[in-house]
Formats: sequence, structure tokens, C-alpha cells
Amino acid sequence: MAEDILARIQKIVAERLDVDEAAVKPEASFKEDLDADSLDVVELVMELEDEFDIEISDEDAEKIVTVGDVIDYIKSHQ
Amino acid sequence: MLEGKTALVTGASRGIGRAVALELARLGANVAVNYAGSVEAANEVVKEIQDLGRESACYQCDISDPDAVQDMIKSVVSTFGRLDILINNAGITKDNLLMRMKEEEWDAVINTNLKGIFNTTKAVSRQMMKQRSGRIINMASVVGVTGNAGQANYVAAKAGVIGLTKTAARELASRNITVNAVAPGFISTDMTEVLPEDVKGQMLSQIPLGRMGSPEDVASVVAFLASDASAYMTGQVLRVDGGMVMQ
Repeated sequence: MAEDILARIQKIVAERLDVDEAAVKPEASFKEDLDADSLDVVELVMELEDEFDIEISDEDAEKIVTVGDVIDYIKSHQ
Repeated sequence: MLEGKTALVTGASRGIGRAVALELARLGANVAVNYAGSVEAANEVVKEIQDLGRESACYQCDISDPDAVQDMIKSVVSTFGRLDILINNAGITKDNLLMRMKEEEWDAVINTNLKGIFNTTKAVSRQMMKQRSGRIINMASVVGVTGNAGQANYVAAKAGVIGLTKTAARELASRNITVNAVAPGFISTDMTEVLPEDVKGQMLSQIPLGRMGSPEDVASVVAFLASDASAYMTGQVLRVDGGMVMQ
């Protein structure tokens, strides 16, 4: 289950940020390691909402820093 | 020119908003008509748009309410399938001298004319970012540039709209969304109809072109900003004022 979520996230993030899927590790920070700007993160959150059919509030979205944060969020909200 | 595009015009049941809605429809766009009060007037505009062969529907919504705006945008996108053009036109006046202005008068105008645009812009930017294209056109006013006695609330809101326009333009530019403002001068609508004759006379004397503008004068400039002809413009304020203010 967790691997499946990671794989889906890797695909979306790699495509959006133009990075290798292998670089999208749980400990990777979107801004520091994956070179995303603020707007990229907003867009990623939107795409993840669609992909996993969840709604991420602005407050929660602001707390998302790493790929792992997204995995945790999705696991606890699905 | 705008075939296949969907536009949402706020405050479209009368005045400048109505003229803009009809002009965009004439150029090919399907138009969602937002209104706050008069459903009869809004339905009339919808019918005129449909008579031009375009799709249209009206949406009652007080744009100062963020949740209501969110619902309206969702509804527009689900009905029309997309949203390419947002015209932030809705606005009110509650004129009074600064010394006499009540807090309610200040809040009401700021909430509709400034916060309302924040609400709609925030709500549509999600859809436009997904589409990787969009046009947002905000109705400012020349008084937002020059100031105007008796309109502290209105002027502050309109000056705020200009700042919001420039900031949204910078934030959304990388996603191919342009944000511009139109600053009308003295336009003949219900809003200016109520002004006393001496005020009208005094304003007319400051207009080099020597006449009040019509809503259509403003609508044609808005249509230009909504079209591909203005693709390389963003964060700009175009004055449509008969030459009242020149910089």
C-alpha cells in the first residue's frame, strides 16, 4: 500500500518537476532537493488531490515539506 | 476571436458588466453571468447571449463571501467544462465624506470591490493553472489613480485592485495566465446616473474628449485584454477615460 502510494506520487512529481522518479524519495524536500518553487508545490497539491481523490486544506498544504509528508497525509486521509 | 472560450463576468446584469458580457459573447465566448440582486436583469442578459448563439447561464452570488464564490466557480466549470476568462467587474459605491463615513460604508465597499476580487481570483486560478492558460481582467477606476473627494472607500478599494492586479500578474505569469486592469473614467451607468448635475458638469469639463464614456467604450477594451491580441501584456492598467488622466 505504502509502496503503491509512493509510486503514484513519484510519477506525478517527476513529471511535474522534471526530475528522475528515483530522486523522489520520502526524505526529499520539494523545495530544497527537487527544486520546486512555491507555485510548483501548490500545483502538486492540486494534482495529488485529483490523483488520490482527497481535499488538502490550505493549512495542511503549508505543512507539506517532503515527499514523506505527502505519503503520511494521504495514508491518514484515505 | 473568442470561440470555444468560457468567460465569467461578475456584476453582469447591468452597466459595464452587461456590456462586457455581450461583447465577449459577440466575439464568440460562452458567458457565465454573475449577479447579486436582480435575477430578471440577469436572465435578460443570458437570453441576449443565447440569441447570439452562445451558451450562457446566470449565477447569483455575493462575491464578498468566499465559500459562495468557490461554489459558483465549481458550478461554472462543471457546466461549461472550462473557464478561460474572468472579468472582475462587480462593484458598489457608498459615497460619503471621510469625516462622515460610517464603518459599515467602508467595510461594504472594501468587501465587495476588493475582497470580492481576491475571492474570485483565488478560486479561478486553480482551474486556470490546470489549463495552463487564463485571462483575468479587473475593473479598477481612474479615481483609484487620482483619488476622489467623497469616495475614500471606493478609491481605496480601486487602488487596492491595481496592486492586486500587479501581484497576481507576477504570481501567475509562469502559468500563462495574464492579469490586467481597466480603469474607466466617467461612464454613463446607473452608478453615475445618481450623481448631482453640478458634479457631472464639473467632471465633464475635465474630459478632453468632451463626453461621458459608454459601457461599450469600456467593453471593447476589456475584450481586447481577453483576446490573443494582448497575449504579451500582463500587470497593466489601461485607462478608458476620454483622456481625463494622462501619464
